[in-house]
Amino acid sequence: MSDDLSNLENDILREIGNIGAGNATTSMASLMNKEINMEVPYVHLLTINEIMDIVGGPEEIIVTTFFKVEGDITGTVYFLLSLEEATSIVREMLKDDTIEINVLEELDEMVMSVLKEVANIVVGAYISALADFTKINIQTTVPFLSIDMAAATLVTGLIEFSRESDHAILIGSEFSGQEVKKHAQSHFLLVPDFDSIPTLFRALGVHADE
Amino acid sequence: MQMSSREKLVTVGIADLKFVESPHTIRTSGLGSCVGIVIYDLSKQIAGLAHIMLPDSSLSKQANINTYKYADTAIAYLLRYLQARGVSRFQLKAKIAGGAQMFPNQLTSEVMRIGPRNIESVEALLKKNNIPIVSSDVGGNSGRTIVFNPQTGALTIRTVNKGETVI
Repeated sequence: MSDDLSNLENDILREIGNIGAGNATTSMASLMNKEINMEVPYVHLLTINEIMDIVGGPEEIIVTTFFKVEGDITGTVYFLLSLEEATSIVREMLKDDTIEINVLEELDEMVMSVLKEVANIVVGAYISALADFTKINIQTTVPFLSIDMAAATLVTGLIEFSRESDHAILIGSEFSGQEVKKHAQSHFLLVPDFDSIPTLFRALGVHADE
Repeated sequence: MQMSSREKLVTVGIADLKFVESPHTIRTSGLGSCVGIVIYDLSKQIAGLAHIMLPDSSLSKQANINTYKYADTAIAYLLRYLQARGVSRFQLKAKIAGGAQMFPNQLTSEVMRIGPRNIESVEALLKKNNIPIVSSDVGGNSGRTIVFNPQTGALTIRTVNKGETVI
């Protein structure tokens, strides 16, 4: 496929992101029993270095949970949380306002499993909305969790991908359960492998490679 | 770090490679499973830094291989460029950092083992080219940002939880 997306393709991918992230945000709000604000979804074709800028640069410390996508389409889905957002989630889930989230090595087993479980539920909602909308078979692996510099954690989910391309298509949306917006934001991020993009379009009745 | 305006800090991205000469320094941020390879000549105060993602270019499925992404092609490029700049191969030394497992306890897939594979490959390639590794900080479970000073040969490594070390 070409490096550029047509307007139509762009709109379709944005709608896919909208549906997935919309459902994920709803599920997160009901899980947390609070309002979660979702921004307008975006679709970007970016280099691996440009991807880091989305979360505030390569050294920004973020809570990264990712799942490999399997089935009729393949790729990676990320649930990225700022430290503030992750802290607020864990405090809410464990009803303990003293919990601080730091780097992974110092992370309590319980805190880690809460973060993974929330990711499971929320990303599960994202993927099932996507599967319903496209009527294709989409599954995910177990979650992989890390807390560290963005470049160090995000790259792992893109290793397979990087063998094929220096660019990736990011279908994302920012969300926040915080009242005050911070520099590093939280994102849902779907990065389909290039081979899977035509499958997505076909499933929605659009033929991209005419 | 205090720096006069004439001293620049050259930044190397992911799957990227650059060179630096004293008094300037060179940095790459957020090495996870990736490995930062510094090859330098202290007598000429020149260094090259590559931030590689994958151990070998045979893994590439691309028509045009990105030289800077793979350990073998990046090291070959570093050596070729430095020699073209008149540096003797026998003066060259290396320092390396990175190759972490950012998602520990999840070694089910080959992808999760990419850090150790990158280290093995870089070490083997440097040995094959007779470039001694003066010091290294590899493995573990933490991301690293590194800065190299070609004047002193010092490689400064910063992690999120362990602060700064110099090797």
